[in-house]
Amino acid sequence: MADTLHAAGPASDHGHHSATGLSNNKLAMWLFLGSECLLFGGLISTYMLYRGRVSDGPHPSQVYDIPFTSVSSFVLLMSSLTMVLAVTAAQRNDDSKTNLWLTVTALLGATFIGGQVYEFTTFYREGMGFTTSLFTSSFYTLTGFHGVHVSVGVILLLATVGIIKRNKVTGNKAESVELVGLYWHFVDIVWIVIFTLVYLIPA
Amino acid sequence: MDTATAETHGEAHGEKHEHMSDAGYIRIALILAAITALEVSTYYVDFGPFFMPSLMIMMVVKFVMVVSYFMHLKFDNKVFSFLFYTGLALALFVYIVALATFKFFLQ
Repeated sequence: MADTLHAAGPASDHGHHSATGLSNNKLAMWLFLGSECLLFGGLISTYMLYRGRVSDGPHPSQVYDIPFTSVSSFVLLMSSLTMVLAVTAAQRNDDSKTNLWLTVTALLGATFIGGQVYEFTTFYREGMGFTTSLFTSSFYTLTGFHGVHVSVGVILLLATVGIIKRNKVTGNKAESVELVGLYWHFVDIVWIVIFTLVYLIPA
Repeated sequence: MDTATAETHGEAHGEKHEHMSDAGYIRIALILAAITALEVSTYYVDFGPFFMPSLMIMMVVKFVMVVSYFMHLKFDNKVFSFLFYTGLALALFVYIVALATFKFFLQ
C-alpha cells in the first residue's frame, strides 16, 4: 500500500507510470517493438525462402545497385545519430535544438524514402513487377513494409516538431521525443538486417 | 565505451535517465559508419570463407550498438530489455524453425 502511494504521488509529475514505477508509454513502446520483431522476422524469412525462386524476370544480382543502396543505408544510419541528438536536446529542455534535430532526422528519412521510390521505379522498368516472381513479391513486400514504417516515422517526427512549436505537449516532453526516437531507431535496426541479408548476401 | 562521457539525469521510478554525451553518440555513429563501409567492401573484395561469418558478425554488432546506445537499453531499466529481447528471441526461434522446416539451411 505504502509502495502504491509512493508510486502514485510522483507519477503525476511525469505522466502515467505503472505499478513497477516505469512509464506505461515506454513499456507499451518496447512491447510494440518486440512484437514488430515478429512481423519483420516473418517478412525477412519469407524473402530468404523465395529469393532464389525466379521463374520469370531478372535475378536479384542483376538488379541490385549496391553503391546506391549503401548510400541510402548510410543516410538512414546517420538519421539515428540526429534522432539521438534530438532526444538529448529534449532532455536538456532545449526546444530549438530538439526541433532542429527532429527536422534533420525527418529530412534524412524522406531522402531514404526518395531513394527507395527511385529504386522501385528502376526495378519496375527493368521488368521486375510485384507479381513477376516469388522473389519480386517477397522483395517488394519486405522493403515496402519497411518503407511504410519509415514514412510513418517521418510523419511522427514532423508531428512532434509541430506539437513542440505550438507548445501543446501533454506530459513529459523529453519522453515524448524519446518514444518517437525508439520507433525511429527500430526502423534503422530493421534496415541494418535487411541491408545485409537482402542486398549484400547473394541469392 | 568511455564511461566518463556518461551523464546521469536523476533516477526516479526505477528508470535510470543516464545517457552519453553528444560527442559519445557521434563516436558511436562513426564506428557504425566504419562498419557499414566494411560491410560494403565485402561486395567488392573476396573474403573467401570469411564472407558470410564476417557479414553476420558486423550486422549483429551494428544492431546491438544501436539498441544499446542510441535506444539506451544499456542504461535503461532491464524490464525494457526483457520486453524487446524476448520478442526478438521469439522471432528468431520461430523463423529459424520455419526456415529449417523448408530445408533452407541445407541449400
